[in-house]
Amino acid sequence: MALSINFAELEKGQEIGSRTISVTRADLIRYAGASGDFNPIHWNERFAQAVGLPGVIAHGMFTMGVAVQLVTDWVGDPGAIVDYQTRFTKPVIVPDAEGAENPATGGNQLNVSGKIGALDAEAQTARIDLTVSAPDIEGNLQKVLVKAQAVVAFAH
Amino acid sequence: MSETKTINPQIVGKVFTSDEVFQVGRERIREFASAVKATHPIHFEVDAAQAAGYADVVAPPTFAIILAQRADAALIEDPDSGIDFSRVVHADQRFTNHRPIVAGDELTTEVHVDNVRTMGPGAMLITREEITTVGGEAVATCVSSLLVRGED
Repeated sequence: MALSINFAELEKGQEIGSRTISVTRADLIRYAGASGDFNPIHWNERFAQAVGLPGVIAHGMFTMGVAVQLVTDWVGDPGAIVDYQTRFTKPVIVPDAEGAENPATGGNQLNVSGKIGALDAEAQTARIDLTVSAPDIEGNLQKVLVKAQAVVAFAH
Repeated sequence: MSETKTINPQIVGKVFTSDEVFQVGRERIREFASAVKATHPIHFEVDAAQAAGYADVVAPPTFAIILAQRADAALIEDPDSGIDFSRVVHADQRFTNHRPIVAGDELTTEVHVDNVRTMGPGAMLITREEITTVGGEAVATCVSSLLVRGED
């Protein structure tokens, strides 16, 4: 399809944008159902704490899946993302909402930004390097994905 | 934990095939796209996908994890593997999408155990899932590094 970006105008180091993404208990339940990953550490506080976690954490694949939307929206075609990898370094804690508040509120925030890490003129591909961070239980911002790289093909 | 399991390094090179065919439906693509907060119309609207040159709605770039994790269950449940799933931590993930997955695809998954490296009391397990159409066309390659934590 016609992409919204002209490959010839891209430069290494160029920023593609940034966004914050909320992650709530309701988001994790939805992701569990859609992906088929029902590991209780992603939805049950008691179980998560029993296995040594501070509480319910997001699926690594939830974080990986939402982070790449920055790239999809930048390039305008999800089918152009031909390779995507990451290392999961820190868990994303997802606190429950308070009291009688809706579990679709509260939670945590992911900060996602991306820049062009490499360009391959021959293959007409751009590697987008994503930076993804979230506050830990003490409120300190931690990189939760490392070496998160998406390769976008401009000729496919 | 009823008993301590130890990962069996002899499983390197093992291949798990399955006759299971994953029928990719529009609603599953839409549900998965919503779950990863994707908003591009190509994931949701057949007309938008077709206008962009696709046969049907297009799955997000990480959709293949559904098939990869289903197929990994065969490895984890294999009594020879010695893997205690409650001690598995996802360390790395990579998707190489040979072409986008679209609604209507009929896919099968083959799991390869590429490496087992012991790390202290635990181990790092590298699996590769090759996803193809029932006709044999390569669709996606997923590589997962799973850290199997040892007993504390």
